[in-house]
Amino acid sequence: MTSYSSYRSRRIAVHVLLIAGAILMIMPFLWMLSTSFKSFADSMKVPPTLFPSEWHFENYSKVLSTIDFGRYYGNTILVTLGRTAGQLLLCSLAAYSFACLKFPGKNLIFLAMLAVLMVPSQVVMIPSFVIMRELNWLDTFYVLIIPGIFSAFGTFLLRQFFMTLPKDLEEAAKIDGCSYFRIYWNIYLPLSKSALVSLAIFTILASWNELLWPLIMTSSEDMRVLSIGISTFQGQHSTDYPLLMAGAVMATLPIIILFIFLQRYFIEGIAMNGIKG
Amino acid sequence: MNPSASAAKHQPGRPVNKKRTFSKLSVREAAWGYLFILPVALGLAVFYMAPSAASLFLSFTSWDGMSSPVFNGLDNFTQLAGDEKFTRSLLNTLLYTIATVPLSIAFAVILAVLLNQKIKGMILYRTLYFIPVITMPIAVGMVWKWLYNSEFGLINFVLGSLHLPQPNWLFDEKFALFSIVIVSVWTSIGYNAVILLSGLQGISASYYEAASLDGAGTLYRFFRITLPLLTPSLFFVLVMSFINSFQVFDLVFIMMGQQSSLLDSTRTVVYSIWEDGFKYFNMGYASAEAFILFIVILVITAFQMYFQKRWVHYQ
Repeated sequence: MTSYSSYRSRRIAVHVLLIAGAILMIMPFLWMLSTSFKSFADSMKVPPTLFPSEWHFENYSKVLSTIDFGRYYGNTILVTLGRTAGQLLLCSLAAYSFACLKFPGKNLIFLAMLAVLMVPSQVVMIPSFVIMRELNWLDTFYVLIIPGIFSAFGTFLLRQFFMTLPKDLEEAAKIDGCSYFRIYWNIYLPLSKSALVSLAIFTILASWNELLWPLIMTSSEDMRVLSIGISTFQGQHSTDYPLLMAGAVMATLPIIILFIFLQRYFIEGIAMNGIKG
Repeated sequence: MNPSASAAKHQPGRPVNKKRTFSKLSVREAAWGYLFILPVALGLAVFYMAPSAASLFLSFTSWDGMSSPVFNGLDNFTQLAGDEKFTRSLLNTLLYTIATVPLSIAFAVILAVLLNQKIKGMILYRTLYFIPVITMPIAVGMVWKWLYNSEFGLINFVLGSLHLPQPNWLFDEKFALFSIVIVSVWTSIGYNAVILLSGLQGISASYYEAASLDGAGTLYRFFRITLPLLTPSLFFVLVMSFINSFQVFDLVFIMMGQQSSLLDSTRTVVYSIWEDGFKYFNMGYASAEAFILFIVILVITAFQMYFQKRWVHYQ
């Protein structure tokens, strides 16, 4: 009986700690949401109120009319989709080759690819800027999408996953006369849905949230992605926090919703990554 | 296709006709193999390997990004050594890292241990703690800037009602960098905890059973079983956190603003690279800064790899 009650009180203590931490994690989001519905005067009230005294939904339409938010959204979605689709296709193809096919120099090429992982992106940035200028890609979708398709990380992640799949299926398919592409497309890809979803999530997150690359490579208003859009917006309305927070809510909500639906894949992907190191 | 072909691979010295099938097949296989890696290999060569090599070359030149680069030997590096702005940014990055990494990992260990039990709502907790990880850093920076606001911000209101001091967070030299550290810790706990949690789940229950038979207490079990067996995951988290911390940029960019007078106490190396390369167009100089950052990261990672023997226990 005593051990049961001490077990219960321990459980309650664990929940209390976890809830307290969760509040600290979530508070900034609630504050962002609450401020986004306040009037300017309301946001400057001392002491601050948790809920708006009046709900100003028009803050959101005001943001949409002050800056070309729709355009930033469209750009970001296009860039994210382009990169993710390209990366899934090309990296999985290369990963299949590295995991299953034999060709001279394979290990050397694979090592060279891993070396790319070691170089911080800032090292590549300056010459990349010049390469993009020479290609006339600056301030176009090419610069935002194409370099991001080629990922050493993605190829490595999928190669590791393909290595764990049983070889029997492939052998059977070979006997049936399947081409290598058919084996990759009809056997390996369908068996690797969870790894592909994990990679897709990493790519979506990275390209949706990215700041430095688009900051350097684009300049016109038409090419702005969300991160650039809201950071310029902050520059223009540095104290109008209700508007800024409405912008921040709009920029982050799609990813948060995606995360809530796919959280299992997010977390498994990261855990898998962590173990494989 | 010949069914014996795959078997033939493992048996050299077979009759000639078999050998021919084998070599024909392997040429075909190699051709497809090269074709499949070609797009990624080409892309990585053009967009990553060539620029990396170019960056090394550029760091020995003086270059405005337009005219042709002028070779100037080690000038950039000797100049950087005496450049107070750069050495300060290196120091800031170091301070930022030394504060962020242990705080984040310590909280992540506690969180992972709490989550590694059969408790109700585990998925919900995990989801909530993870939301900061996936949120756009620019938006995170904006929200925290508002939370830190000295007059109308939530943080100082809470501190004030508890009769605690209310610092002028982002506008006080003593607090500015630490304010950014707090945000980074907040955004990284969830990520580190997820990796540590999967490490904890890999620890066999038999260790704990043996310990509880011996009457070991909670703290004893934590320090003598959990922590040692968690060291491989801790090692991974430590290496990754160091690498990421050294590359911090977004939060400084959004929270300090480009005109802030306190930028000197918060400017990080990547911020310096961006500023010198793309605001002042000293691209040779910025390449040298990037190269130094690369070396620093490489040395620290190598150092960690070397010393892991001392404290990482692989099961």
